[in-house]
Amino acid sequence: MVTKRIIPCLDVRDGRVVKGTNFLGIKDVEDPVSLASFYNESGADELVFYDITASYEKRNLFTDVLKSVAEQIFIPLTVGGGINTLSDFDRVLKCGADKVSVNSGAIKNPSLIEDAARLYGNQCVVLSMDVKRVDGVFRIFSHGGRIDTGIDALEWAKRGEESGAGELVVNSIDTDGVKRGFDLEMLEKICKTVNIPVIASGGAGKKEDFYELFDKVKGVDAGLAASIFHFREVLIPDLKRYLVSKNIEMRL
Amino acid sequence: MLGVIDYGVGNLFSLTASLRFIGCDAVVSKDPSVLDGCDRFILPGVGAFADAAEKLRSTGLDEYLKNAVKSGKPLLGICLGMQLLFSESYEYGVHKGLGFIDGAVLPLADKVGSLKIPQMGWNKLLVKRENPLLKEADGEYFYYVHSYFADGDGEYCDAYSTYGVNVAGVVRKDNVFGTQFHPEKSGKAGLKILRSFSEVNL
Repeated sequence: MVTKRIIPCLDVRDGRVVKGTNFLGIKDVEDPVSLASFYNESGADELVFYDITASYEKRNLFTDVLKSVAEQIFIPLTVGGGINTLSDFDRVLKCGADKVSVNSGAIKNPSLIEDAARLYGNQCVVLSMDVKRVDGVFRIFSHGGRIDTGIDALEWAKRGEESGAGELVVNSIDTDGVKRGFDLEMLEKICKTVNIPVIASGGAGKKEDFYELFDKVKGVDAGLAASIFHFREVLIPDLKRYLVSKNIEMRL
Repeated sequence: MLGVIDYGVGNLFSLTASLRFIGCDAVVSKDPSVLDGCDRFILPGVGAFADAAEKLRSTGLDEYLKNAVKSGKPLLGICLGMQLLFSESYEYGVHKGLGFIDGAVLPLADKVGSLKIPQMGWNKLLVKRENPLLKEADGEYFYYVHSYFADGDGEYCDAYSTYGVNVAGVVRKDNVFGTQFHPEKSGKAGLKILRSFSEVNL
């Protein structure tokens, strides 16, 4: 059977990985290529690169980074951030991305997923969605989780699948950064709605959270996290051995 | 020199980068005069079978590959490239492949019940038979992305993975090899397969 996947996410700004704020409140940066190599050696199953570069002029720093990673690391690479048009797909695919993740781009342009899937295949198109509870229902938020679009998350997931997305990354705004575990209730609902791979994001604080995720939400395919891996709070080899000891199939 | 067949199907960045990484001398081309200088070939491919088969025919690369295989040069098909090695595929109708391997490529959806389609992710490879590409590959994990498959119990299959059904992972007929998974995306285990192919001496 296909294994569950462990995926570190790297936010890249101006050519450097931004590791977020650690417990001392210090913002830290690191070289993307060496961090990606570290994760590859640690047994990460895939890497996600998020382009959070603010200025348009510095966009090529991101694709330079992507290229140097893709020339040395031979596991699947997903790229997101600022993907609004087919030419954005083209730009990152040419630099070694295997999958391209769209978020706000799909909200602004509803045909983006369909057009990209037709051109590059469903396997290449990932719909990334930021979800938050509003009055007891799950809604899609845009602009990095600041604006309520009013779109129902389950309908959005279904529509994404029907338009040709090959995979979903589902980030819970409610659990993100809280480190008390993934949003199991929401993920369960999403997994019952679609039949494409679902990557859970937001809330992992310790290795037990990944076990709980894979044990309780059978339809989830992968767990994604950033800072707990960047700050070595959870080491991927330990995490994977632990999950295997709990009978979750992993690539060791 | 290894020739990567360029027929306008899929993204070749990772494949060429991985060949460079293992120190394999490779050229990407559709030009027979360039390909004539190669002693082995890789047929890549992502996308739809019928479209890819048509592109091979319209460029004449199908005949070129048939002659190359007849002359004994090793050929490795990857993913859709592997599926094209077969006689036919049942992807949206029936379509003829290159016919190096007797057999059919079938939809996974008919066999795997409620499992997700495509199979996307890492799966364990189980080696059935010795194959020069499969040194130390038994039990290793490889990265698959596909919705159609060749039978893992077929005569041509040397290694398989299970996904509701036995899926051919590595196939072979004489000097024709194929992998359903992506060796260029399967970490060290995948690079080892590419290296073995670049050194295969039949």
